Amino acid sequence: MTRRRHFTLGEIFAVPLLLAVVTIVGLVAALLGDGWLDALSWTGLAIPALVIPWAFLRRQA
Amino acid sequence: MSSGAVKAWYLVHKWTSLVCTVFLLMLCITGLPLIFHEEIDHLLEGERPLPAMEAGAPSKTLEDALDTALARFPGTIPLFMSFDEDQPVVNVTTGPRPRSTVEEMNFISIHRPTAEPVRTPDDEGVMHFILQLHTDMFLGLGGELFLGFMGFLFFVAIVSGVVVYAPFMRKLRFGTVRVSRNSRAKWLDTHNLLGIVTLMWASVVGLTGVVNTLSTPLVDLWRADQLSEMVAPYEGKPVPTAFSSLDGAVATAMAAAPGTTPQFVAFPGVRFSSNHHYAVWLRGATPATKQLHTPALIDAETGALTEMRSMPWYMTTLRLSQPLHFGDYGGLPMKILWALFDIAAIVILGSGLYLWFARRSLPAPGTRHAHEELLPQAGPAE
Repeated sequence: MTRRRHFTLGEIFAVPLLLAVVTIVGLVAALLGDGWLDALSWTGLAIPALVIPWAFLRRQA
Repeated sequence: MSSGAVKAWYLVHKWTSLVCTVFLLMLCITGLPLIFHEEIDHLLEGERPLPAMEAGAPSKTLEDALDTALARFPGTIPLFMSFDEDQPVVNVTTGPRPRSTVEEMNFISIHRPTAEPVRTPDDEGVMHFILQLHTDMFLGLGGELFLGFMGFLFFVAIVSGVVVYAPFMRKLRFGTVRVSRNSRAKWLDTHNLLGIVTLMWASVVGLTGVVNTLSTPLVDLWRADQLSEMVAPYEGKPVPTAFSSLDGAVATAMAAAPGTTPQFVAFPGVRFSSNHHYAVWLRGATPATKQLHTPALIDAETGALTEMRSMPWYMTTLRLSQPLHFGDYGGLPMKILWALFDIAAIVILGSGLYLWFARRSLPAPGTRHAHEELLPQAGPAE
């Protein structure tokens, strides 16, 4: 009987971990100053926010 | 992870979620307008008009502003003067005696350059109602601490949710939403996707919310732990009858901590000061240091600096928890992102409830008969 390979923990959590780090950068950056740090903050928070429509659109296609 | 461990984590996730979901839904829904409270207040009340300055007229002093306040509320003494961040306005609180109750206090906003009264912020409107509901459900400290405990359960639900995410995703690529499958699979995938993507935001906003509910006990601890030590040499001294200059006290404090601006002054005898001092609370210039208030104690008889020390770690944590909970430190784009995450959290809570209702006809996870793709499966020891 052939079984489809299971993902390892590393594979399962690679993207979530990356998104968590990006979110942390986004949360902290704007605390440290204004201007470009605000922009960094928006980018850091926008990336996980955009993953959601990306996942839904990809599945519809 | 063994099948028993998966089942245990799943039960933790289920029960912590079920207990806190109703309150978290309330917090997320009331939190949504609160993210934009500045914009909404502005819309509802309009720009606060400020008196025009006569050309060439010298700017009034803080003492002048104080005189305006005391003329408005005769027979009272000044308790606090706070400084608005975005307008040249000070807010003076007065009362019949240093330890006045909140009900006895009077509040007036004064334009600094002209020392003329201006409109005070509205504290009765719909936004105030929403804020009270969000903070303590009109139940005072008990309600606040209760919501803090719900926030803690929410955090446990997030952590256990991350643990049970792994067995769910053993055969699914990240971001998979099985839209063509039955509605339970679709909502399960949506719940998992939104949960894992907003995990860090939800953890930070949840935990900083918990810290904020501890504000009253933490300030009490600071008073007992630090303030009492700072003012120990002055203990038992009566409140002086004649005060040194307020403007001088603020200037002395700012000179002792360059790069800071005053946030508020506590007058001698009130809870944030000693009987013998002006406590000038200074804030820094960046969004982070703006939160890190440094109290400078200025002798109210001589006008000299007695002591200045930074906040202990627990007060620093409390102060930094405020912007990280409110999302008000990165302009309008950050507020919009905050709102998007908040809406995602509402969907997570709602879909979680739906999955619980829809699950009850199915066998428990971890059992032999658990539906293969819908329920978490035990893997080899991981």
